Amino acid sequence: MSQAQAIDGRQDFIITKGKQKAHLKCDADSIAGCVSQRACVYCGARVVLNPITDAIHLVHGPIGCSAYTWDIRGSLSSGEELFRNSFSTDLREQDVIFGGEKKLTAAIDQLAAKYHPKLIFVYSTCIVGVIGDDLEAVCRTAAKRHGIEVIPVQSSGFIGNKSAGYRAACDALFRLIEPENRELVGKDKSINYLGDFNLAGEAWIIRDYLRQMGVTVNVVLTGDATYADLKKATRASVNIIQCAGSMHYLAGRMEETYGIPYMQVSFLGLEDTSESLRRIAAVIGDSEVVARTEALIAREMSHTAPVIEGYRQKLAGKKAAVYVGGGFKAISLIKQFRELSIEVVMIGTQTGRQEEYDTINDLASDGTVILDDANPSELERFMTDQEADLLVGGVKERPLAYKLGKAFIDHNHDRKHPLSGYVGAINFAKEVYTTVCSPVWKYVRAGGEGHE
Amino acid sequence: MSDKALYRDVNENPCHMCMPMGGILPIKGVEGGMVVIHGSQGCSTYMRRYISEHFSEPIDVGSSSLNEKGTVYGGEKNLKQALDNIRKVYNPKLIGVLTTCLAETIGEDINRMADEYLVERQISDLTIVPVSTPGYGGTQAEGYFLTVREIVARLAQPTPKHNKVNVIVPNISPADIREIKRLLDLMGVEYTLCPDFSDTLDRPYLEHYSKMAPGGTKLEDIKAMPGALATIELGATIGDEYSPGQFLLDKYGVPLYTVPIPIGIKNCDTFFRAIKEITGKALPDSVRTERGRLLDAMVDSHKYNFAGRSVIFGEAELVYAVSQLCIENGVYPAVVATGGAGGKLAELLHPMVKECPEPVKVLPESDFSEIREKSSSAGVNIAIGHSEGRYLTEHENIPLVRIGFPVHDRVGGQRILSVGYTGTTLLLDRITNTLLESKYRTYREDMYNLYYKEDSGGLSATKDEVNSDGLHCMS
Repeated sequence: MSQAQAIDGRQDFIITKGKQKAHLKCDADSIAGCVSQRACVYCGARVVLNPITDAIHLVHGPIGCSAYTWDIRGSLSSGEELFRNSFSTDLREQDVIFGGEKKLTAAIDQLAAKYHPKLIFVYSTCIVGVIGDDLEAVCRTAAKRHGIEVIPVQSSGFIGNKSAGYRAACDALFRLIEPENRELVGKDKSINYLGDFNLAGEAWIIRDYLRQMGVTVNVVLTGDATYADLKKATRASVNIIQCAGSMHYLAGRMEETYGIPYMQVSFLGLEDTSESLRRIAAVIGDSEVVARTEALIAREMSHTAPVIEGYRQKLAGKKAAVYVGGGFKAISLIKQFRELSIEVVMIGTQTGRQEEYDTINDLASDGTVILDDANPSELERFMTDQEADLLVGGVKERPLAYKLGKAFIDHNHDRKHPLSGYVGAINFAKEVYTTVCSPVWKYVRAGGEGHE
Repeated sequence: MSDKALYRDVNENPCHMCMPMGGILPIKGVEGGMVVIHGSQGCSTYMRRYISEHFSEPIDVGSSSLNEKGTVYGGEKNLKQALDNIRKVYNPKLIGVLTTCLAETIGEDINRMADEYLVERQISDLTIVPVSTPGYGGTQAEGYFLTVREIVARLAQPTPKHNKVNVIVPNISPADIREIKRLLDLMGVEYTLCPDFSDTLDRPYLEHYSKMAPGGTKLEDIKAMPGALATIELGATIGDEYSPGQFLLDKYGVPLYTVPIPIGIKNCDTFFRAIKEITGKALPDSVRTERGRLLDAMVDSHKYNFAGRSVIFGEAELVYAVSQLCIENGVYPAVVATGGAGGKLAELLHPMVKECPEPVKVLPESDFSEIREKSSSAGVNIAIGHSEGRYLTEHENIPLVRIGFPVHDRVGGQRILSVGYTGTTLLLDRITNTLLESKYRTYREDMYNLYYKEDSGGLSATKDEVNSDGLHCMS
């Protein structure tokens, strides 16, 4: 095996549980030339806001930024489909020289006339940050002219990493949800569900569980959300957050400004799903809700647990490597793999936060490699050294796993099947089984039938 | 054509990508080639994601990961650090440095940085090829050809005359590149094909994985390109300023034969005629048989194909070749579109579309909103292009024959074979069968709606006029 030389400065981002002091460096800029798997600020902002179904998403920049994010998430909509378009000012050389404000103004005018949206997000990209277009001013004027909301998203690629993009999106959302009537703030008994993007209908699944418990969801941020939904976001009395990496900041600002408390939940895996539902019921504090929640959990577990047990028997003893975007997902995956008697031997994230890595470290077994902002060379090395049978990751990691003869689980924006809740836990176990126990490995692996 | 007339304020659903995206592929097609994108981290990540989905291959691309500081004070330190780290992990023979919007806008002089870097680090066994590829400067097609040109320009050295032919290929699939090599080998033609990502971006499964994919055009061979008999460039649409063949002609006097991608009987014949002119080698019998089989397929399918009314979109070079194939088989295009200016595409298509029995809309600088609108109003019943055309299927029910880059919603983008007489036959079959599939899916219902009348005794209501299945005839 070709042993990669470690890149200077990367050592601090990699630890082995039990061997070193549990302090991992994270949330720092990627090192030049290390082939980070991270995307940019704009990407972070776009993925958070894109699921808002009736908004125009206009990218002020060159064509690439828009082309690579067209219909980027597998977010589903129960109504409008406007969000599945990608609009760009397609800046050219002359715009870079003379400024892009006029073009942006014309673009907003044309889109407003053609689609009559209530809401336009205008994303800034790297060059917009450099040529100094005044996005605020252009958006303010356009908003007035068309009588709609035009919200700038400050997402120039170079101002940080993907996390900075999450914050830019949260800032835009925070602006959007500002209530006209402050007296209604926190007045509904409903909850907001933050950090679910309704991939393959996941937000619908959770919303339905909550409905069965007697809990009303005010608005999901941002899966299948509309302008009108978001406008009443401040009425809810509690925020629950799933994807903390993207939404923790917004929840914090909402608590600070509107006094709406928040709690962290996760609907990945049986254990986390049941525990999250129970905690929500406890917060609502109504004994009937608590009773209905227990009934729901019992009902779901009675037909889910045997299925999971069936898969567990086939998968017990396998070893998993995990490399995903955010920390909450990584934490849940450790527990979810345990439900299948699979041990996680390598785990990392692109944008995990310190407290999430602390939790990961607490949960991980001794000898597990934990790493932040990994690159292909490190993934190759640790997957191989730790003898992982499978990798959980995104599109870019998939071919590497396959070339190494490892099974692979798609845990990315593009997936077409839900991984949330009880049904998601079954899908997950089934996917692990499908990839780990495929007959193809017999032929391709050393000593196998296809091995010459 | 004038840029002004085509300048639009808003692009709705892009039909093209940016320049550095196109630059990555040729660098991956030279022996020991590695890429550094000089810009913010996201650029390289997006491009890697797209390319790796198309080829189902790991695509490692470095980034100088420019941050705020680098943007204000210049990114030299970042770029040099990136080069250090890439060398350490990948040990490449050649590093292509591609700029981005950001690097170009802040005025980075990558040529100077690259030269200085080699001197500072006292390196002699590494070639750095800096290429200016601002995202706003052109599409991936221009980025591709410009990068090939810069690779050739950087490596080429005065070389005594030899018997090889330079073959410059555009962004076609690894399977296409392998087919061209097979044909040249069959004919006994010696050649340097550049860039050759037929192995590097379509690797076999091996017991041991290596970070640098084996294969690619040998640097020694690129160095010797100035001594070749001639250059055949599959680049009819590209502007001279992007053309590697033009560079070899201007600087070293290597005769240049510019031909379309050999897709379609006419384009294949043109390709082999050029080979014959250069080398004196005629079509071997086995290839002549392949040609005969293509003609046979064209006859077998001609009635089905004549019911096709196509929209063809994507990179100009591929669009040009596929248009020829469609026209020679009666799958007449109603819309031919490309996302960028398209180089010489419109000019080249002009005489071809004049022969079509119905009007053809040629749309440079287009987007999918426009392509959809024009296709719908022209009654298009088949789309031919890359995966983003699934938008036409979803919204207008127009089936899509996938070809070109990217194919990210189906497997096997790297294995799609469409060049040469055999490849053309396969592509034509895909087109014909797509038309047949639509026909079989709908004809029972169509006929029922058209002709079945209830015997209700009274006067039957007039049926709504139902569109024909796209049949059209020469008038």
